[in-house]
Amino acid sequence: MRRPRGGSPEPPTRVAALSVTPLQDLCGIITPNGLHYERHHAGTPTIDPLEHWLIVHGMVQQPMIFTIEDVRRFPSVSRIHFLECSGNTQNWRAPKPELTVQDTHGLLSCCEWTGVPLATILAEAGVQPEAKWMLAEGADAAAMTRSIPIEKALDDALLAYAQNGERLRPEQGYPLRLLLPGYEGNASVKWLRRLKLGAEPFETREETSKYTMVMPDGETRQFNFVMQAKSVITFPSGGQRLGPPGFYEISGLAWSGLGKVALVEVSTDGGASWRDAALQEPVMSKCLTRFRSPWRWDGGPALLASRVTDETGYVQPSREALLKQRDVRSYYHYNAIQNWSVAAGGVVTNAG
Amino acid sequence: MPDRIARRITLAIAATLAAGVVRAAEPYGIGRPATPQEIAGWDIGVSPSGAGLPSGRGGVRRGEAVYAEKCASCHGAYGEGKPMDQLVGGFGTVFDMKPHKTVGSFWPYATTLFDYVRRAMPLNAPQSLTPDEVYAVSAYVLFLNGIVSEETTLDKDNLAKIVMPNRDGFVSAYQSPSVGAKP
Repeated sequence: MRRPRGGSPEPPTRVAALSVTPLQDLCGIITPNGLHYERHHAGTPTIDPLEHWLIVHGMVQQPMIFTIEDVRRFPSVSRIHFLECSGNTQNWRAPKPELTVQDTHGLLSCCEWTGVPLATILAEAGVQPEAKWMLAEGADAAAMTRSIPIEKALDDALLAYAQNGERLRPEQGYPLRLLLPGYEGNASVKWLRRLKLGAEPFETREETSKYTMVMPDGETRQFNFVMQAKSVITFPSGGQRLGPPGFYEISGLAWSGLGKVALVEVSTDGGASWRDAALQEPVMSKCLTRFRSPWRWDGGPALLASRVTDETGYVQPSREALLKQRDVRSYYHYNAIQNWSVAAGGVVTNAG
Repeated sequence: MPDRIARRITLAIAATLAAGVVRAAEPYGIGRPATPQEIAGWDIGVSPSGAGLPSGRGGVRRGEAVYAEKCASCHGAYGEGKPMDQLVGGFGTVFDMKPHKTVGSFWPYATTLFDYVRRAMPLNAPQSLTPDEVYAVSAYVLFLNGIVSEETTLDKDNLAKIVMPNRDGFVSAYQSPSVGAKP
């Protein structure tokens, strides 16, 4: 059997299975490439871009092979989008006070991605009308696969080859990755080598035994793609310590997988009262939005929280409201309001 | 806008049109057709229907030997897990607060087992197993879970017909925008 080009099944490299973005140390919305979170299912492959091809086949008029050089000849676009792992923020159980925002929310990053709209390349092969799903396969040691709805593939999906102005880092899928704005990070398959169109989902390991949510009503939900609206205060946040009482600017990040952030509210009294935060322009769809809110700290205990509403009207739930819908058994897609406790003296801890 | 700049822009547009600007709807003619042989070499996936299952066959007893050599060091002598995922047992625990989600208790399709072992296992040498070995070790893991008998031999005609215990436990949360629902 001929081996796929570029997909040499080399053993996985010895790297951490995940690393998290230091949100507490970043300003604005852009994640520097070296600080983008990583999640690997079998390490980072070493790929010669001249040996890496993309094949598009299955329910298409004409199966096609593209070199990376080919992909880069197509008309390109650049867009700024967040990526978030759906396992981000494990606050289901009693909160651990020592956790920082990097611990709780660090599987979140935001970059300018440059590439070709996937619809352009699919049109080159000609998608058959019966095709409803698309299998995306990576060239890592796990040959990781996910099934993607055709509507998403033809909407705003990108074949990305650059990130924040430079070619993708190996850890982010060099030389080519799928980028599905607003979807759980795992679906944006890295080191992309194969796209197969089909009538049904392919039921891969990563969409059956993983990335599925066990619900209290006894069903297990698959294909939970969209990252619902979520926000978090990055300053002041867990592990930090305020100085003397007086003026501080509360700052944080808000985002939605369904579109733009419409409103962010901030509370300093544990949700008893809320006031609107200022949103840094431009506010972009499926992109991090930086929010800021002035605060005069009186030196006493405070409970800080932020709550986002997106342009669809969806409001980020409280932890109690989310736990009424589902619990730790669903594991993924925790998006409840995050509370940071400020003690007299200024020490900030995780309050879940 | 000064006239000379406007004229320059007009000339630039005219030159672009003359050079053959394509409309978005037209194919760009980039890339090349994939041959059936190339597709066969790349397409290692297996669907729930059984499409993509290769020729070959393997039974429980052969699978026991393959498992002992290639799998037991990570998944335990009998699939009990540690250091890596538990593969066997855990029936009835899926809804516990600390569930044991195994191939037997959780996975909805036997084809997913074959597909994943074929593409990703063993961890230190993925895609090194022959189709016969993948059939055999799949049969063994299913046997350990009490889903097939010890005499079972799996091939492309019978593997997809296996009904996994949790087959009906899954529902799709995805709703196509074309039927009027939110994505």
